[in-house]
Amino acid sequence: MRRFLPALKNLKRYPSLIAGLVLISIFVVVSIYTVIAIPYSEATRVWQSSGERTENPKLARPVWFDWFTSEQLPRTIQVSLADEGATLTEEFIGGGLKRVEAVLPFEYRYDGFPSELQMRMRWQFEDQRAFASVYWRKPDGELITLYDGVRVRASQSLYISSEQDLRARLGMAPHEGLFLLDTTVPREERQPMHGTYEVIVRAELSETDSLGALSLTVYGQVHGWGGTDHQRRDLLLPLLWGAPIGLAFGVLAAIGAQMSTFVLAGISTWFGGKLERVFIWLTQVNVILPVLPILIMISHLYQPRIWTILGLVIAMSVFSASMLSYRAMFLQLKESPYFEAAQAYGAGNFRIIFRYLLPRIAPTLLPQFVMIVPVFVFLEATLAVLNLGDPYLPTWGKMINDAQTQGALYHGHYYWIVLPSILLMGVGFGFALVGYSLDRIFNPRLRDI
Amino acid sequence: MKGALGRLGKYTAVRLVFLFLAVLVAVYATVLIANMGGELDRIVEVQIRHEVGVAIAMNPEWQRLSWEEQEALAAQMIETQLRRRGMDEPFFPNRSLKFLRDAMTLQLGRARLIKSDSHSFEVKNILLERLPSTLLLFATAELLLFFITLFMALFLSRRYGSFLDRVFIALAPTSAAPGWFYGIFLILIFAALFRILPWGGMAPPGTQPAFTLGFIGTLAKHMTLPVTAIIISAVFAGVYSSRTFFLIYSTEDHVELAKAKGLSSRAVERRYILRPTMPPIITGFLLLLISMWMGQIVLETVFNWPGLGQVYYQAIVMNETAVIVGVIVIYGYLLCATVFLLDFIYAILDPRVRVGAGGGGR
Repeated sequence: MRRFLPALKNLKRYPSLIAGLVLISIFVVVSIYTVIAIPYSEATRVWQSSGERTENPKLARPVWFDWFTSEQLPRTIQVSLADEGATLTEEFIGGGLKRVEAVLPFEYRYDGFPSELQMRMRWQFEDQRAFASVYWRKPDGELITLYDGVRVRASQSLYISSEQDLRARLGMAPHEGLFLLDTTVPREERQPMHGTYEVIVRAELSETDSLGALSLTVYGQVHGWGGTDHQRRDLLLPLLWGAPIGLAFGVLAAIGAQMSTFVLAGISTWFGGKLERVFIWLTQVNVILPVLPILIMISHLYQPRIWTILGLVIAMSVFSASMLSYRAMFLQLKESPYFEAAQAYGAGNFRIIFRYLLPRIAPTLLPQFVMIVPVFVFLEATLAVLNLGDPYLPTWGKMINDAQTQGALYHGHYYWIVLPSILLMGVGFGFALVGYSLDRIFNPRLRDI
Repeated sequence: MKGALGRLGKYTAVRLVFLFLAVLVAVYATVLIANMGGELDRIVEVQIRHEVGVAIAMNPEWQRLSWEEQEALAAQMIETQLRRRGMDEPFFPNRSLKFLRDAMTLQLGRARLIKSDSHSFEVKNILLERLPSTLLLFATAELLLFFITLFMALFLSRRYGSFLDRVFIALAPTSAAPGWFYGIFLILIFAALFRILPWGGMAPPGTQPAFTLGFIGTLAKHMTLPVTAIIISAVFAGVYSSRTFFLIYSTEDHVELAKAKGLSSRAVERRYILRPTMPPIITGFLLLLISMWMGQIVLETVFNWPGLGQVYYQAIVMNETAVIVGVIVIYGYLLCATVFLLDFIYAILDPRVRVGAGGGGR
């Protein structure tokens, strides 16, 4: 510990080291938070299921897009009969019939049009021949008929924004036409009307029947901190979960691959002879082995989980080219007289290897070790981008892959690709910064330069 | 001198045999994995049984035969089909070894679904069609990368501590990301936002790429983004390490002596700094090349570049064993050639290696 204190004081001379450490610790904190707040099983369940995200808009940008414009982009608005201001009146008109009128008012003050409109109705009725009409009242009082006498079913969703008949009447997409302020302006200058809108549902039912529930969803253009994808999934989940997975994969792979190579190089160099020759031979074969193509092939054919992939990656990098450079260092070190001294006092081979040989070189390898972490973080992303990563886990690479297959760049959904890329870059940059600074600290020849 | 040559010849031969063995191991592993250890054969066999069953059921003439006769006919047809594909022998070891022999002698067989642009199912034709585009892209990128790195590193080592030098050092960590990663950003900026360069591919949609003079302009336009992506992903770390090397070497005694002799700084650089630092720099560069040969499958996919990497990915998705093995064989031989080349470049650049191993030449 005493040796470390002056070293810590020196850290101030390496601002890039501090910056890297700060970056890494931010990701570590986020990872810990994510794993606790959204447990693994919960995360995979939410990501796989499709039932519970119908409230999210499709392909919405993150909410903080507002900060860069003077406008306020539309959020998703949901109104139902339970909300304040909503009314439901029933009037008996004789002949066993009653007239039902429900009014759902909502405020709209956003700049820009919503992305979709959807209405859900639930009726409790025995008579099958009930019909309902739906009207739309704009803030200026104009009344537009949405549905004129539609057959009522026990539970139904009305996709107002994709009604062809309404589109034809309005001359544009319903979710624009129903909000339009001025019909005479050209397309690019269209503005929504601000104020209180009303959706009115009228129906005649038999006395025993009633309207159970009514709700209207005005889907916005922005949602959450990460936006949503084509399946209405909140992208904050993969953005958060990408951190623990990326970090764990990168660090574990780096430890596994580097440590095993290091230890095996030490052992083989100390014992020499046949073992050493076999190891050198294996290393040279491994250099020829096309590792990534083989990894891609295995990932596709066997669809392994991420930890199996991790094991494979480690197994294929044990006999990497660094084995040879470690060997060169060990060979030089092996000549030092204190090994002779150790042998003279009767130290066993493994005691010498693990107590004297390996620890001597370990510090100089720390920079290399840190610098290799991003390589593995990006390897995981590379596999995921080819849709070959873990089939269940949401990760950054998978997000990029989804975005690519949906043509996100072509359609202008930049957030979908840029956000995971920035986070990937952040992790990579953090470790690389630390690695390069450590390189300068541990290799004194570089220090003065 | 003759002894030295002989030693070099022997060394070369041993090296070649060894490299060949290494490729053998790699390809055999691929054959085993790509066939899922024989699992694929069982899938194909089930397919054949199904097809034969359907064929018999659909043929009214065969339907008139008795049940036993139909059974016998089916067994015979399945047998023929299996023999036609050579599947009457067990996968391990007979067929797998045959696959290995065919692969090593570049008899790559036929694909089931993928075909070349000239509508050939021969794996050799498919791969030969893709090889030039891969080579063109990577040779261009590598050459540019090599010279940019070298000259930039020399330039910076001459004025270390300058603003530009600091910028390059600060940017060195960006090389942690692979080429495809920057590719996506480049597409975003130059294709999606500014719309001045194509999204990908080798030629505008609908036209066939051709290696002619008139096509060079179009080709250059399509190559700009992928080549830039590769260069960005490697140039800063490369410049950083070479620059450091040059700096360390430029404080050596022999350089000081050369300076004291009054040699021009150009001459000092070329003869006393560049020459001794060349072997490690070239090694690093060729090792980078090796990793790039294989690492750009995603880059080709992102840029829709019709190269080996892209066809490899297609083959994997479509379970095209013949194409998978073919690509790995080609990668294996390319890697071999690279490693072998490395040995020779060493021999040319480093006088200590030139006379062969064992420190002869006295």
